[in-house]
Amino acid sequence: MARRNGLSIITVVAIGIGSALFVILGRFGSIPSGIPNTSIETTYALLALFSLLYGPVAGLLIGLIGHTLKDAIFYGSPWFSWVISSGLVGLIIGLASSRISIADGHFGRKEIITFNVAQVAANAIAWFAVAPLLDILIYAEPADKVFTQGLVAGAANMVTVGVIGTLLAAAFGKTRTKQGSLRKLN
Amino acid sequence: MRARMLTFTGQNSPVHRLTGAAKLIVFILWSVSAMITYDTRCLLAMLLLSLVVFRMSRVKFSDYAFVLYVILLFFMLNQIAIFVFSPLEGTRIYGSRHDLVHLVGRYTVTAEQLFYQLNVALKYAVVIPLAILFLLTTDPGEFAASLNRIGVNYKIAYAVSLALRYIPDIQRDYEQISFSAQARGIDLSRREKLPKRVKNMISILTPLILSSIERIERISAAMELRGFGAGRRRTWFRSRPFAFADWLAVGCVCAIAAASAVITFYDGSRFYSIF
Repeated sequence: MARRNGLSIITVVAIGIGSALFVILGRFGSIPSGIPNTSIETTYALLALFSLLYGPVAGLLIGLIGHTLKDAIFYGSPWFSWVISSGLVGLIIGLASSRISIADGHFGRKEIITFNVAQVAANAIAWFAVAPLLDILIYAEPADKVFTQGLVAGAANMVTVGVIGTLLAAAFGKTRTKQGSLRKLN
Repeated sequence: MRARMLTFTGQNSPVHRLTGAAKLIVFILWSVSAMITYDTRCLLAMLLLSLVVFRMSRVKFSDYAFVLYVILLFFMLNQIAIFVFSPLEGTRIYGSRHDLVHLVGRYTVTAEQLFYQLNVALKYAVVIPLAILFLLTTDPGEFAASLNRIGVNYKIAYAVSLALRYIPDIQRDYEQISFSAQARGIDLSRREKLPKRVKNMISILTPLILSSIERIERISAAMELRGFGAGRRRTWFRSRPFAFADWLAVGCVCAIAAASAVITFYDGSRFYSIF
């Protein structure tokens, strides 16, 4: 099928289903880590995986739409500074890992390293810098508080995506048939 | 396990009858205004108005009671965190200092800090009634049409409507997978230690996500067959034309947003001070 204006159909559907998954995992899939106010948000592993699979635009929009809907449906009001940061995480992971062709079943050591460098960079930019700065700009909250929150959330998300995201991507990679994996028998 | 969520209530009230697009515009302008202003007078007026509108909508308390508790808890935590991290933020902003009570060390309660935290609390309180109302009174089917109407690309609007459509399905999948995992002795509760708990979580996430990816392929194949995205525009079954009440609501919120911006920045500062 010829490429038409804007998003492809699979991207549109991936954004829709990805956002729905983001909402459900954001509500049920978080595990308290034992440190106060910090939990393992498995939903960011999902976001990273979908950014890897469906690209930066899907990542950006899943972060934005999913986070807005999650906040709105379960908590009554979206927290926009963090919504934007979630979108940014998806965008950066999608951009940085665009060379990984996981759909062809390639997810070995090299791809794992690329993926993790991408996710650490994305989480660092989004949670150490953008989220606190937006908190200050939009809500004029004290700098110490928002930077501490960002630091804790960012570190937790890096670990979550690093462990759970990588495992999920590897599991997905195994379900795909490797390109060039046919062997000639005698 | 079954979590309550804010969903459309389908009553008949002036707020329910407004079109989705009008409500969306009102909500967006309202949130942006509340985000910008730190003017106590504007915030108080907006809070009062939002409560009046809330009353008009006749939504039942039981439909949103559960979020109020969550919001209240979050509110308290946030207020405490602000004080713990920055007990003199108010003094810094308003440039004066009136000590009320000295606690310990650097913690002194000042009138400025109390006023600042009151403003922070008001800023949240102003958005919450309209956010809840927006979710309770907007038909999800109409929501996508409204997004498209205010200028969002229809493919993105359609993605949002897909998300709303599939949230209940995915919640059901999640529950089924997690119940069957629990039946096989995979414990997700706090009785397990953290590493084991994470491992158990992964054994639920993997089937959930892999089946969702299959679902994505199935839905996109179906949409492809029906020629989704072939045209530059699309029409919406649930779309309604603007009525007088819609123009009135949009006009009012524009006026409020403009007034709030003017009052806030009239004296050159975002913060209104009583000191």
